[in-house]
Amino acid sequence: MTAPLDIRPARSRVNLQHLGSQAVNWLKGLIPPAVAILIFLAIWQLLTMGPDANLPTPIRTVSDTWELIINPFFNYGGTDKGLFWQVFTSLQRVALGFTLAAVVGIALGILVGTSSLMYSALDPLFQILRTVPPLAWLPISLAAFQQANPSAIFVIFITAIWPIIINTTEGVRQIPQDYNNVARVLRLSKSEYFFKILFPATVPYIFTGLRIGIGLSWLAIVAAEMLIGGVGIGFFIWDAWNSSRISDIIIAIIYVGIVGLLLDRLIVFVGGLVLPEEQKQ
Amino acid sequence: MQVLNTPTQSTNSLQTQEPFLVIDNLTKVYPTATGDFVVLDGISLGVNEGEFVCVIGHSGCGKSTLLDMVAGFRQPTEGEVRLQTQTISEPGPDRMVVFQNYSLLPWLTAYENIYLGVNSVFPNKPEAAKKHIVMEHLAMVGLADVANKKPSALSGGMKQRVCIARALALRPKVLILDEPFGALDPITREELQEELLKIWQDHQITVLMITHDIDEALFLSDRVVMMTNGPAAKIGEVMQVPFARPRDRARMMEDPKFYELRNEALDFLYHRYAHDDT
Repeated sequence: MTAPLDIRPARSRVNLQHLGSQAVNWLKGLIPPAVAILIFLAIWQLLTMGPDANLPTPIRTVSDTWELIINPFFNYGGTDKGLFWQVFTSLQRVALGFTLAAVVGIALGILVGTSSLMYSALDPLFQILRTVPPLAWLPISLAAFQQANPSAIFVIFITAIWPIIINTTEGVRQIPQDYNNVARVLRLSKSEYFFKILFPATVPYIFTGLRIGIGLSWLAIVAAEMLIGGVGIGFFIWDAWNSSRISDIIIAIIYVGIVGLLLDRLIVFVGGLVLPEEQKQ
Repeated sequence: MQVLNTPTQSTNSLQTQEPFLVIDNLTKVYPTATGDFVVLDGISLGVNEGEFVCVIGHSGCGKSTLLDMVAGFRQPTEGEVRLQTQTISEPGPDRMVVFQNYSLLPWLTAYENIYLGVNSVFPNKPEAAKKHIVMEHLAMVGLADVANKKPSALSGGMKQRVCIARALALRPKVLILDEPFGALDPITREELQEELLKIWQDHQITVLMITHDIDEALFLSDRVVMMTNGPAAKIGEVMQVPFARPRDRARMMEDPKFYELRNEALDFLYHRYAHDDT
Protein backbone atom coordinates (compact mmCIF):
# COMPACT_ATOMS: atom_id res chain seq x y z
CA MET A 1 0.00 0.00 0.00
CA THR A 2 2.57 2.55 1.09
CA ALA A 3 6.30 2.40 0.59
CA PRO A 4 8.33 2.03 3.78
CA LEU A 5 9.39 5.38 5.16
CA ASP A 6 12.99 6.07 4.39
CA ILE A 7 14.70 7.97 7.15
CA ARG A 8 17.57 9.95 5.75
CA PRO A 9 18.44 12.78 8.15
CA ALA A 10 20.90 14.67 5.95
CA ARG A 11 18.36 15.62 3.29
CA SER A 12 15.95 17.91 5.06
CA ARG A 13 16.05 20.68 2.44
CA VAL A 14 15.26 18.28 -0.36
CA ASN A 15 12.54 16.82 1.81
CA LEU A 16 10.93 20.22 2.33
CA GLN A 17 10.78 20.73 -1.39
CA HIS A 18 9.51 17.21 -1.75
CA LEU A 19 6.80 17.91 0.83
CA GLY A 20 5.69 21.01 -1.07
CA SER A 21 5.36 19.16 -4.35
CA GLN A 22 3.51 16.40 -2.51
CA ALA A 23 0.97 18.92 -1.20
CA VAL A 24 0.47 20.26 -4.73
CA ASN A 25 -0.04 16.72 -6.02
CA TRP A 26 -2.53 16.07 -3.27
CA LEU A 27 -4.51 19.20 -4.15
CA LYS A 28 -4.40 18.22 -7.82
CA GLY A 29 -5.84 14.86 -6.83
CA LEU A 30 -8.82 16.64 -5.27
CA ILE A 31 -9.84 18.39 -8.49
CA PRO A 32 -11.46 15.44 -10.36
CA PRO A 33 -13.74 14.35 -7.46
CA ALA A 34 -14.68 18.00 -6.76
CA VAL A 35 -15.67 18.49 -10.39
CA ALA A 36 -17.65 15.23 -10.33
CA ILE A 37 -19.57 16.37 -7.24
CA LEU A 38 -20.34 19.73 -8.82
CA ILE A 39 -21.67 18.03 -11.97
CA PHE A 40 -23.76 15.69 -9.83
CA LEU A 41 -25.23 18.62 -7.87
CA ALA A 42 -25.98 20.45 -11.11
CA ILE A 43 -27.85 17.45 -12.55
CA TRP A 44 -29.74 17.06 -9.26
CA GLN A 45 -30.67 20.75 -9.31
CA LEU A 46 -31.85 20.51 -12.95
CA LEU A 47 -33.94 17.38 -12.34
CA THR A 48 -35.70 18.76 -9.24
CA MET A 49 -36.23 22.37 -10.37
CA GLY A 50 -39.65 21.72 -11.88
CA PRO A 51 -42.79 22.75 -9.92
CA ASP A 52 -44.03 19.17 -9.44
CA ALA A 53 -40.72 17.53 -8.53
CA ASN A 54 -41.05 14.98 -5.70
CA LEU A 55 -37.60 15.57 -4.26
CA PRO A 56 -36.08 18.84 -3.00
CA THR A 57 -33.29 20.58 -4.88
CA PRO A 58 -29.81 20.57 -3.31
CA ILE A 59 -30.22 24.21 -2.29
CA ARG A 60 -33.59 23.49 -0.73
CA THR A 61 -32.15 20.44 1.04
CA VAL A 62 -29.45 22.53 2.69
CA SER A 63 -31.81 25.33 3.68
CA ASP A 64 -34.38 22.85 5.08
CA THR A 65 -31.84 21.01 7.17
CA TRP A 66 -29.59 23.92 8.12
CA GLU A 67 -30.47 23.39 11.76
CA LEU A 68 -29.40 19.73 11.57
CA ILE A 69 -26.20 20.53 9.72
CA ILE A 70 -24.90 23.28 12.00
CA ASN A 71 -25.96 21.66 15.24
CA PRO A 72 -25.42 17.91 15.26
CA PHE A 73 -25.24 17.83 19.07
CA PHE A 74 -28.68 19.00 20.19
CA ASN A 75 -30.65 16.76 22.50
CA TYR A 76 -34.30 17.52 23.18
CA GLY A 77 -34.97 14.16 24.80
CA GLY A 78 -36.62 11.03 23.36
CA THR A 79 -35.66 10.44 19.75
CA ASP A 80 -35.36 14.16 19.05
CA LYS A 81 -31.61 14.30 18.98
CA GLY A 82 -28.96 15.76 16.69
CA LEU A 83 -27.41 13.68 13.95
CA PHE A 84 -24.26 13.13 15.99
CA TRP A 85 -26.24 11.36 18.70
CA GLN A 86 -28.21 9.35 16.15
CA VAL A 87 -25.02 8.16 14.44
CA PHE A 88 -23.30 7.66 17.78
CA THR A 89 -26.07 5.35 19.00
CA SER A 90 -25.92 3.33 15.79
CA LEU A 91 -22.13 3.14 16.06
CA GLN A 92 -22.37 1.83 19.62
CA ARG A 93 -24.53 -1.04 18.42
CA VAL A 94 -22.15 -1.72 15.55
CA ALA A 95 -19.13 -1.58 17.87
CA LEU A 96 -20.63 -4.15 20.22
CA GLY A 97 -21.97 -6.51 17.56
CA PHE A 98 -18.90 -6.22 15.37
CA THR A 99 -16.42 -6.75 18.23
CA LEU A 100 -18.27 -9.90 19.25
CA ALA A 101 -18.30 -11.06 15.63
CA ALA A 102 -14.56 -10.39 15.29
CA VAL A 103 -13.62 -12.30 18.45
CA VAL A 104 -15.89 -15.29 17.76
CA GLY A 105 -15.26 -15.21 14.00
CA ILE A 106 -11.45 -15.19 14.21
CA ALA A 107 -11.45 -17.96 16.84
CA LEU A 108 -13.87 -20.12 14.86
CA GLY A 109 -12.05 -19.40 11.62
CA ILE A 110 -8.73 -20.56 13.04
CA LEU A 111 -10.35 -23.66 14.50
CA VAL A 112 -12.05 -24.56 11.23
CA GLY A 113 -8.97 -23.72 9.18
CA THR A 114 -6.64 -25.95 11.19
CA SER A 115 -8.86 -29.01 11.22
CA SER A 116 -9.93 -30.56 7.94
CA LEU A 117 -12.68 -32.48 9.73
CA MET A 118 -14.16 -29.25 11.10
CA TYR A 119 -13.71 -27.65 7.71
CA SER A 120 -15.62 -30.32 5.85
CA ALA A 121 -18.29 -30.35 8.55
CA LEU A 122 -18.84 -26.61 8.96
CA ASP A 123 -17.83 -24.90 5.74
CA PRO A 124 -21.03 -25.86 3.83
CA LEU A 125 -23.07 -24.52 6.73
CA PHE A 126 -21.18 -21.22 6.70
CA GLN A 127 -21.59 -20.93 2.95
CA ILE A 128 -25.36 -21.25 3.31
CA LEU A 129 -25.73 -18.95 6.31
CA ARG A 130 -23.60 -16.18 4.85
CA THR A 131 -26.11 -15.67 2.03
CA VAL A 132 -28.97 -14.95 4.45
CA PRO A 133 -29.86 -11.23 4.23
CA PRO A 134 -29.22 -9.39 7.52
CA LEU A 135 -32.85 -8.41 8.07
CA ALA A 136 -34.02 -12.00 7.80
CA TRP A 137 -32.28 -12.54 11.16
CA LEU A 138 -34.21 -9.75 12.88
CA PRO A 139 -37.55 -11.48 13.55
CA ILE A 140 -35.87 -14.57 14.94
CA SER A 141 -33.58 -12.50 17.16
CA LEU A 142 -36.56 -10.43 18.36
CA ALA A 143 -38.25 -13.69 19.23
CA ALA A 144 -35.18 -14.88 21.08
CA PHE A 145 -34.22 -11.67 22.92
CA GLN A 146 -37.66 -10.07 23.30
CA GLN A 147 -35.96 -6.66 23.22
CA ALA A 148 -35.07 -4.28 20.43
CA ASN A 149 -31.51 -3.33 21.31
CA PRO A 150 -29.99 -6.80 21.85
CA SER A 151 -31.78 -7.94 18.71
CA ALA A 152 -30.18 -5.17 16.65
CA ILE A 153 -26.77 -6.03 18.09
CA PHE A 154 -27.33 -9.70 17.30
CA VAL A 155 -28.22 -8.82 13.71
CA ILE A 156 -24.89 -6.96 13.41
CA PHE A 157 -23.07 -9.92 14.95
CA ILE A 158 -24.64 -12.52 12.70
CA THR A 159 -24.15 -10.36 9.61
CA ALA A 160 -20.50 -9.54 10.21
CA ILE A 161 -19.34 -12.94 11.42
CA TRP A 162 -19.49 -14.95 8.15
CA PRO A 163 -16.96 -13.02 6.12
CA ILE A 164 -14.66 -12.96 9.17
CA ILE A 165 -14.92 -16.74 9.66
CA ILE A 166 -14.59 -17.53 5.99
CA ASN A 167 -11.60 -15.26 5.39
CA THR A 168 -9.80 -16.42 8.53
CA THR A 169 -10.35 -20.05 7.56
CA GLU A 170 -9.05 -19.33 4.09
CA GLY A 171 -6.01 -17.57 5.53
CA VAL A 172 -5.13 -20.56 7.70
CA ARG A 173 -5.58 -22.94 4.78
CA GLN A 174 -3.45 -20.75 2.52
CA ILE A 175 -0.39 -20.78 4.78
CA PRO A 176 2.42 -21.59 2.34
CA GLN A 177 3.62 -25.18 2.58
CA ASP A 178 7.16 -23.84 2.94
CA TYR A 179 6.30 -22.23 6.26
CA ASN A 180 4.70 -25.43 7.50
CA ASN A 181 7.79 -27.36 6.39
CA VAL A 182 9.97 -24.96 8.34
CA ALA A 183 7.79 -25.54 11.39
CA ARG A 184 8.05 -29.30 10.95
CA VAL A 185 11.79 -29.43 10.47
CA LEU A 186 12.38 -27.08 13.43
CA ARG A 187 9.82 -29.06 15.43
CA LEU A 188 8.22 -25.85 16.66
CA SER A 189 5.95 -26.16 19.65
CA LYS A 190 2.21 -25.64 19.13
CA SER A 191 2.23 -22.20 20.70
CA GLU A 192 5.29 -21.12 18.75
CA TYR A 193 3.72 -22.35 15.52
CA PHE A 194 0.60 -20.38 16.36
CA PHE A 195 2.29 -17.10 17.23
CA LYS A 196 5.22 -17.16 14.83
CA ILE A 197 3.68 -18.77 11.74
CA LEU A 198 -0.07 -19.35 11.75
CA PHE A 199 -1.22 -16.02 13.12
CA PRO A 200 1.13 -13.69 11.21
CA ALA A 201 0.42 -15.59 7.99
CA THR A 202 -3.34 -15.28 8.55
CA VAL A 203 -3.51 -11.64 9.65
CA PRO A 204 -3.91 -10.16 6.13
CA TYR A 205 -6.84 -12.49 5.49
CA ILE A 206 -8.37 -11.64 8.86
CA PHE A 207 -8.28 -7.95 7.99
CA THR A 208 -9.94 -8.61 4.65
CA GLY A 209 -12.71 -10.37 6.57
CA LEU A 210 -12.97 -7.56 9.12
CA ARG A 211 -13.21 -4.99 6.35
CA ILE A 212 -16.04 -6.81 4.61
CA GLY A 213 -17.67 -7.42 8.00
CA ILE A 214 -17.65 -3.78 9.09
CA GLY A 215 -19.18 -2.74 5.76
CA LEU A 216 -21.96 -5.30 6.12
CA SER A 217 -22.54 -4.27 9.76
CA TRP A 218 -23.12 -0.69 8.76
CA LEU A 219 -25.47 -1.77 5.98
CA ALA A 220 -27.37 -3.95 8.40
CA ILE A 221 -27.70 -1.50 11.29
CA VAL A 222 -29.42 1.17 9.19
CA ALA A 223 -31.96 -1.36 7.95
CA ALA A 224 -32.46 -2.99 11.36
CA GLU A 225 -32.97 0.32 13.13
CA MET A 226 -35.73 1.27 10.71
CA LEU A 227 -37.64 -1.68 12.09
CA ILE A 228 -36.75 -1.54 15.78
CA GLY A 229 -37.23 2.21 16.27
CA GLY A 230 -35.69 4.32 19.03
CA VAL A 231 -32.60 6.49 18.64
CA GLY A 232 -30.33 5.65 15.72
CA ILE A 233 -29.62 6.90 12.23
CA GLY A 234 -31.76 4.14 10.68
CA PHE A 235 -34.88 5.08 12.59
CA PHE A 236 -34.11 8.76 12.04
CA ILE A 237 -34.44 8.13 8.29
CA TRP A 238 -37.64 6.15 8.74
CA ASP A 239 -39.09 8.77 11.06
CA ALA A 240 -38.23 11.53 8.57
CA TRP A 241 -40.03 9.59 5.83
CA ASN A 242 -43.11 9.21 8.01
CA SER A 243 -43.19 12.95 8.66
CA SER A 244 -42.35 13.78 5.01
CA ARG A 245 -39.04 15.49 5.88
CA ILE A 246 -37.37 14.43 2.64
CA SER A 247 -34.46 16.85 3.06
CA ASP A 248 -33.64 15.24 6.42
CA ILE A 249 -33.46 11.85 4.71
CA ILE A 250 -30.97 13.15 2.18
CA ILE A 251 -28.72 14.65 4.87
CA ALA A 252 -28.92 11.43 6.89
CA ILE A 253 -27.94 9.39 3.82
CA ILE A 254 -24.88 11.58 3.36
CA TYR A 255 -24.00 11.02 7.03
CA VAL A 256 -24.45 7.26 6.65
CA GLY A 257 -22.20 7.22 3.60
CA ILE A 258 -19.45 9.25 5.24
CA VAL A 259 -19.53 7.20 8.45
CA GLY A 260 -19.44 3.96 6.44
CA LEU A 261 -16.39 5.22 4.58
CA LEU A 262 -14.71 6.23 7.84
CA LEU A 263 -15.37 2.79 9.36
CA ASP A 264 -13.79 1.15 6.32
CA ARG A 265 -10.78 3.48 6.51
CA LEU A 266 -10.48 2.76 10.23
CA ILE A 267 -10.10 -0.97 9.60
CA VAL A 268 -7.57 -0.30 6.84
CA PHE A 269 -5.68 2.04 9.18
CA VAL A 270 -5.61 -0.49 12.03
CA GLY A 271 -4.59 -3.16 9.54
CA GLY A 272 -1.74 -0.93 8.41
CA LEU A 273 -0.52 -0.65 11.99
CA VAL A 274 -0.71 -4.38 12.61
CA LEU A 275 0.39 -5.81 9.28
CA PRO A 276 4.10 -6.09 8.64
CA GLU A 277 5.20 -4.05 5.64
CA GLU A 278 5.93 -7.23 3.69
CA GLN A 279 2.38 -8.48 3.78
CA LYS A 280 0.53 -5.47 2.54
CA GLN A 281 -1.03 -6.00 -0.80
CA MET B 1 34.80 -22.79 17.91
CA GLN B 2 34.29 -25.98 15.93
CA VAL B 3 33.28 -28.51 18.51
CA LEU B 4 31.59 -30.62 15.88
CA ASN B 5 31.93 -34.33 15.58
CA THR B 6 35.25 -35.14 13.97
CA PRO B 7 34.73 -36.41 10.46
CA THR B 8 35.60 -39.96 9.59
CA GLN B 9 36.73 -39.44 6.05
CA SER B 10 38.02 -42.98 5.65
CA THR B 11 35.61 -44.73 3.38
CA ASN B 12 37.59 -47.78 2.47
CA SER B 13 38.68 -48.97 5.88
CA LEU B 14 37.40 -52.34 6.91
CA GLN B 15 34.04 -51.16 8.14
CA THR B 16 31.43 -53.56 9.19
CA GLN B 17 29.09 -50.74 10.12
CA GLU B 18 27.02 -49.05 7.44
CA PRO B 19 27.63 -45.54 6.08
CA PHE B 20 26.50 -42.43 7.97
CA LEU B 21 23.41 -41.88 5.85
CA VAL B 22 21.84 -44.84 4.09
CA ILE B 23 19.15 -44.64 1.45
CA ASP B 24 18.03 -48.23 1.33
CA ASN B 25 16.06 -49.51 -1.65
CA LEU B 26 13.73 -46.52 -1.60
CA THR B 27 10.56 -46.68 -3.68
CA LYS B 28 7.85 -44.05 -3.83
CA VAL B 29 4.50 -44.80 -5.41
CA TYR B 30 1.57 -42.42 -5.67
CA PRO B 31 -1.77 -44.11 -6.19
CA THR B 32 -3.73 -42.28 -8.87
CA ALA B 33 -7.10 -42.78 -10.52
CA THR B 34 -5.44 -44.47 -13.48
CA GLY B 35 -3.30 -46.79 -11.37
CA ASP B 36 -0.11 -46.49 -9.39
CA PHE B 37 2.39 -43.85 -10.39
CA VAL B 38 5.91 -44.91 -9.51
CA VAL B 39 8.10 -41.87 -8.90
CA LEU B 40 11.22 -43.55 -7.57
CA ASP B 41 12.06 -47.18 -8.03
CA GLY B 42 14.57 -48.81 -5.72
CA ILE B 43 17.04 -46.02 -4.94
CA SER B 44 20.00 -47.14 -2.84
CA LEU B 45 22.84 -44.86 -1.83
CA GLY B 46 25.24 -44.64 1.07
CA VAL B 47 26.67 -41.29 2.09
CA ASN B 48 29.69 -41.14 4.37
CA GLU B 49 30.05 -38.70 7.19
CA GLY B 50 31.48 -35.42 5.96
CA GLU B 51 30.83 -36.26 2.33
CA PHE B 52 29.39 -33.79 -0.18
CA VAL B 53 27.02 -35.54 -2.57
CA CYS B 54 25.14 -33.88 -5.40
CA VAL B 55 22.09 -35.40 -7.07
CA ILE B 56 21.41 -34.32 -10.63
CA GLY B 57 18.71 -35.28 -13.09
CA HIS B 58 16.06 -33.76 -15.25
CA SER B 59 13.18 -31.94 -13.64
CA GLY B 60 10.38 -34.31 -12.77
CA CYS B 61 12.73 -37.21 -12.15
CA GLY B 62 11.87 -37.32 -8.48
CA LYS B 63 14.98 -35.67 -7.03
CA SER B 64 12.88 -33.53 -4.75
CA THR B 65 10.79 -36.52 -3.69
CA LEU B 66 14.02 -38.28 -2.77
CA LEU B 67 15.19 -35.32 -0.69
CA ASP B 68 11.77 -34.99 0.93
CA MET B 69 12.05 -38.58 2.13
CA VAL B 70 15.55 -38.01 3.51
CA ALA B 71 14.26 -34.87 5.24
CA GLY B 72 11.27 -36.84 6.51
CA PHE B 73 8.55 -34.73 4.88
CA ARG B 74 7.28 -37.76 2.97
CA GLN B 75 7.31 -41.42 3.77
CA PRO B 76 8.67 -43.95 1.30
CA THR B 77 6.31 -46.61 -0.04
CA GLU B 78 9.05 -49.20 0.30
CA GLY B 79 12.53 -49.16 1.75
CA GLU B 80 13.83 -46.66 4.27
CA VAL B 81 16.32 -43.94 4.99
CA ARG B 82 18.65 -44.38 7.95
CA LEU B 83 20.83 -41.78 9.60
CA GLN B 84 23.40 -43.36 11.91
CA THR B 85 21.34 -46.57 11.70
CA GLN B 86 18.22 -44.77 12.94
CA THR B 87 15.25 -45.01 10.59
CA ILE B 88 13.94 -41.61 9.57
CA SER B 89 10.23 -41.20 10.18
CA GLU B 90 9.70 -37.46 10.52
CA PRO B 91 11.43 -34.15 9.83
CA GLY B 92 13.89 -32.95 12.41
CA PRO B 93 16.65 -30.42 12.96
CA ASP B 94 19.34 -33.10 12.57
CA ARG B 95 18.55 -32.95 8.84
CA MET B 96 18.17 -29.25 8.13
CA VAL B 97 16.82 -28.31 4.75
CA VAL B 98 17.71 -25.25 2.69
CA PHE B 99 14.87 -24.72 0.26
CA GLN B 100 15.13 -23.19 -3.18
CA ASN B 101 12.62 -20.47 -2.38
CA TYR B 102 14.33 -19.48 0.89
CA SER B 103 11.32 -20.15 3.13
CA LEU B 104 12.24 -17.40 5.55
CA LEU B 105 9.32 -16.04 7.52
CA PRO B 106 8.72 -12.59 6.05
CA TRP B 107 7.47 -11.05 9.31
CA LEU B 108 10.64 -11.94 11.21
CA THR B 109 14.05 -10.32 10.82
CA ALA B 110 17.06 -12.34 9.70
CA TYR B 111 18.07 -12.61 13.36
CA GLU B 112 14.60 -13.71 14.49
CA ASN B 113 14.33 -16.27 11.70
CA ILE B 114 17.47 -17.99 12.93
CA TYR B 115 16.61 -17.47 16.58
CA LEU B 116 13.26 -19.23 16.10
CA GLY B 117 15.11 -22.41 15.15
CA VAL B 118 17.84 -22.07 17.76
CA ASN B 119 15.28 -21.49 20.49
CA SER B 120 13.24 -24.50 19.40
CA VAL B 121 16.19 -26.88 19.10
CA PHE B 122 18.19 -25.73 22.12
CA PRO B 123 15.45 -24.64 24.53
CA ASN B 124 17.59 -25.16 27.61
CA LYS B 125 20.55 -23.04 26.58
CA PRO B 126 20.85 -19.69 28.37
CA GLU B 127 19.59 -16.70 26.44
CA ALA B 128 23.09 -15.29 25.92
CA ALA B 129 24.29 -18.56 24.39
CA LYS B 130 21.34 -18.67 21.99
CA LYS B 131 21.99 -15.08 20.98
CA HIS B 132 25.65 -15.88 20.46
CA ILE B 133 24.83 -18.85 18.20
CA VAL B 134 22.58 -16.70 16.04
CA MET B 135 25.07 -13.87 15.68
CA GLU B 136 27.96 -16.25 15.11
CA HIS B 137 26.19 -17.88 12.20
CA LEU B 138 25.01 -14.60 10.72
CA ALA B 139 28.64 -13.47 10.87
CA MET B 140 29.71 -16.74 9.25
CA VAL B 141 27.72 -15.87 6.12
CA GLY B 142 28.82 -12.21 6.32
CA LEU B 143 25.43 -10.82 7.28
CA ALA B 144 25.95 -9.67 10.88
CA ASP B 145 25.14 -6.09 9.92
CA VAL B 146 21.74 -6.92 8.42
CA ALA B 147 20.62 -9.00 11.41
CA ASN B 148 17.66 -6.71 12.00
CA LYS B 149 16.48 -6.52 8.40
CA LYS B 150 13.41 -8.38 7.24
CA PRO B 151 13.77 -10.78 4.30
CA SER B 152 12.03 -8.33 1.96
CA ALA B 153 14.96 -5.93 2.45
CA LEU B 154 17.50 -8.61 1.50
CA SER B 155 18.64 -9.74 -1.94
CA GLY B 156 18.09 -13.31 -3.11
CA GLY B 157 21.70 -14.21 -2.33
CA MET B 158 21.44 -12.71 1.15
CA LYS B 159 18.19 -14.57 1.85
CA GLN B 160 19.81 -17.85 0.87
CA ARG B 161 22.79 -17.02 3.10
CA VAL B 162 20.38 -16.50 6.00
CA CYS B 163 18.81 -19.89 5.22
CA ILE B 164 22.20 -21.57 5.25
CA ALA B 165 23.05 -19.80 8.52
CA ARG B 166 19.72 -20.91 10.01
CA ALA B 167 20.37 -24.50 8.97
CA LEU B 168 23.92 -24.62 10.32
CA ALA B 169 23.05 -22.85 13.57
CA LEU B 170 21.11 -25.96 14.56
CA ARG B 171 24.20 -28.17 14.17
CA PRO B 172 22.53 -30.65 11.83
CA LYS B 173 24.10 -34.01 11.07
CA VAL B 174 23.12 -33.69 7.44
CA LEU B 175 22.56 -30.52 5.46
CA ILE B 176 19.99 -30.99 2.72
CA LEU B 177 19.93 -28.43 -0.07
CA ASP B 178 17.17 -28.46 -2.68
CA GLU B 179 18.47 -26.49 -5.67
CA PRO B 180 19.52 -23.74 -3.29
CA PHE B 181 21.06 -21.44 -5.87
CA GLY B 182 18.60 -22.07 -8.70
CA ALA B 183 16.89 -18.70 -8.37
CA LEU B 184 20.10 -16.66 -8.15
CA ASP B 185 22.00 -14.81 -10.85
CA PRO B 186 25.19 -16.54 -12.08
CA ILE B 187 27.64 -14.28 -10.24
CA THR B 188 25.86 -14.57 -6.88
CA ARG B 189 25.52 -18.28 -7.49
CA GLU B 190 29.28 -18.71 -7.89
CA GLU B 191 29.94 -16.63 -4.79
CA LEU B 192 27.56 -18.72 -2.75
CA GLN B 193 28.98 -21.98 -4.09
CA GLU B 194 32.39 -20.90 -2.86
CA GLU B 195 30.98 -19.84 0.49
CA LEU B 196 29.12 -23.11 0.86
CA LEU B 197 32.27 -25.05 0.08
CA LYS B 198 34.21 -23.11 2.69
CA ILE B 199 31.48 -23.62 5.29
CA TRP B 200 31.35 -27.32 4.47
CA GLN B 201 35.12 -27.60 4.90
CA ASP B 202 35.09 -25.69 8.18
CA HIS B 203 32.15 -27.61 9.63
CA GLN B 204 32.94 -30.98 8.04
CA ILE B 205 29.24 -31.51 7.64
CA THR B 206 27.56 -34.13 5.47
CA VAL B 207 25.80 -32.49 2.53
CA LEU B 208 23.18 -33.86 0.19
CA MET B 209 22.33 -31.37 -2.51
CA ILE B 210 20.05 -31.35 -5.52
CA THR B 211 21.07 -29.31 -8.51
CA HIS B 212 20.40 -28.89 -12.21
CA ASP B 213 23.81 -27.50 -12.83
CA ILE B 214 26.55 -29.96 -13.81
CA ASP B 215 29.36 -27.45 -13.26
CA GLU B 216 28.01 -26.71 -9.80
CA ALA B 217 27.87 -30.41 -8.96
CA LEU B 218 31.43 -31.00 -10.19
CA PHE B 219 32.80 -27.97 -8.36
CA LEU B 220 31.18 -28.81 -5.04
CA SER B 221 30.79 -32.51 -4.59
CA ASP B 222 32.78 -35.63 -3.86
CA ARG B 223 30.31 -37.72 -5.81
CA VAL B 224 27.65 -36.85 -8.36
CA VAL B 225 24.60 -39.09 -8.36
CA MET B 226 22.90 -39.02 -11.75
CA MET B 227 19.31 -40.09 -11.88
CA THR B 228 17.43 -41.56 -14.81
CA ASN B 229 14.23 -39.97 -16.01
CA GLY B 230 10.98 -40.54 -14.23
CA PRO B 231 8.58 -42.13 -13.85
CA ALA B 232 10.21 -44.95 -11.90
CA ALA B 233 13.51 -43.09 -11.72
CA LYS B 234 16.57 -44.97 -10.60
CA ILE B 235 20.16 -44.04 -9.93
CA GLY B 236 21.79 -44.22 -13.35
CA GLU B 237 25.39 -43.59 -12.49
CA VAL B 238 27.48 -42.36 -9.60
CA MET B 239 30.47 -40.29 -10.64
CA GLN B 240 33.50 -39.81 -8.41
CA VAL B 241 34.84 -36.27 -8.53
CA PRO B 242 38.58 -36.56 -7.90
CA PHE B 243 39.64 -32.88 -7.71
CA ALA B 244 41.80 -32.03 -4.73
CA ARG B 245 40.44 -29.83 -1.99
CA PRO B 246 40.34 -26.99 -1.27
CA ARG B 247 39.11 -26.48 -4.78
CA ASP B 248 39.84 -23.52 -6.94
CA ARG B 249 37.33 -22.90 -9.69
CA ALA B 250 39.83 -21.48 -12.18
CA ARG B 251 42.31 -24.31 -11.65
CA MET B 252 39.61 -26.92 -11.89
CA MET B 253 38.37 -25.45 -15.16
CA GLU B 254 41.84 -25.88 -16.65
CA ASP B 255 41.96 -29.53 -15.75
CA PRO B 256 41.21 -31.79 -18.73
CA LYS B 257 39.67 -34.24 -16.28
CA PHE B 258 36.97 -31.64 -15.57
CA TYR B 259 35.85 -31.65 -19.20
CA GLU B 260 36.03 -35.41 -19.34
CA LEU B 261 33.64 -35.67 -16.37
CA ARG B 262 31.49 -32.82 -17.61
CA ASN B 263 31.07 -34.49 -21.01
CA GLU B 264 30.29 -37.77 -19.37
CA ALA B 265 27.57 -36.15 -17.28
CA LEU B 266 26.22 -34.20 -20.26
CA ASP B 267 26.18 -37.39 -22.29
CA PHE B 268 24.24 -39.10 -19.54
CA LEU B 269 21.69 -36.32 -19.23
CA TYR B 270 21.26 -35.29 -22.86
CA HIS B 271 21.87 -38.45 -24.85
CA ARG B 272 21.27 -41.52 -22.81
CA TYR B 273 18.52 -39.95 -20.69
CA ALA B 274 17.43 -37.03 -22.81
CA HIS B 275 14.30 -35.42 -21.56
CA ASP B 276 11.26 -36.62 -23.46
CA ASP B 277 9.78 -33.26 -24.23
CA THR B 278 12.94 -31.51 -25.41
